[in-house]
Amino acid sequence: MMKMNQKLMKIVLNKDSMRIEKEQDVVPFRNRVKENAVKIGMGVVNQTKLITAASELVRNMLKYAGGGLVLIEAITEGRDSGIRLTFQDKGPGIKDISLAMKDGFSSGKSLGIGLPGTRRLVNEFDIKSIFGEGTTVSIIKWKNG
Amino acid sequence: MDRIPILRMGHFLLVTIQIDLYDRLATNLESDLVQMVNKTGARGVLIDISALSIVDSFMGRILGNIGSMSKIMDAETVVVGMQPAVAITLIELGLELKGVHTALNVERGMQLLKERIGSDDEDESEADEDSFE
Repeated sequence: MMKMNQKLMKIVLNKDSMRIEKEQDVVPFRNRVKENAVKIGMGVVNQTKLITAASELVRNMLKYAGGGLVLIEAITEGRDSGIRLTFQDKGPGIKDISLAMKDGFSSGKSLGIGLPGTRRLVNEFDIKSIFGEGTTVSIIKWKNG
Repeated sequence: MDRIPILRMGHFLLVTIQIDLYDRLATNLESDLVQMVNKTGARGVLIDISALSIVDSFMGRILGNIGSMSKIMDAETVVVGMQPAVAITLIELGLELKGVHTALNVERGMQLLKERIGSDDEDESEADEDSFE
């Protein structure tokens, strides 16, 4: 995948952002993601996967960081088009990312399927976290991915 | 405050979720349902999620909780009408919806509930007011 990224550039076609501060923001946010996915003609199954992944990540952001900012972008790479979501928060950060990505691990009161489950639903998943400063999670779902 | 209506039909409680639930609404539904099971002595709970376009781990947990709580209160729970895309997503996410029965639609769900509590049929006919057959 790294090789492909070097050859093909990801071009942003449309940019949207939404601030998440409370649990009531979750449903409108999901709707916004859906609108963007529908706009590029994403099928129902991929839409559902993307929205579910988005829902998991936005809940994490609310639970651990009290909210943050989400960028919603329609992107293309070669012939592929898709949606990229970037979740940025200024929360406590994740101490051990590889542990957080393990199935069954949870520091909070949840099922522990959040991050690894979410990764399975999307095509690209990137997480960066600085302990004490915040976390940025970026996911891409291709229209035909 | 918004609430999801719970309908009583004989020994069963019926819930149709028509909108995407935000968290508070979902947790309210959970406690309302358990209280209704207690108050009405319902033997079965049927939850129709055909209008839900997504079920994330939070919603999955709520459904599982309703199932387990009702079970402790001696009632079976069946979730019906899940959209195919939701089922695909749930399994990839790693949620198996343990503790609840599932059925394709309301009709089959009702049938499943009736079969599940079928051994109590004699008792049912005694309680005229609750009889629906």
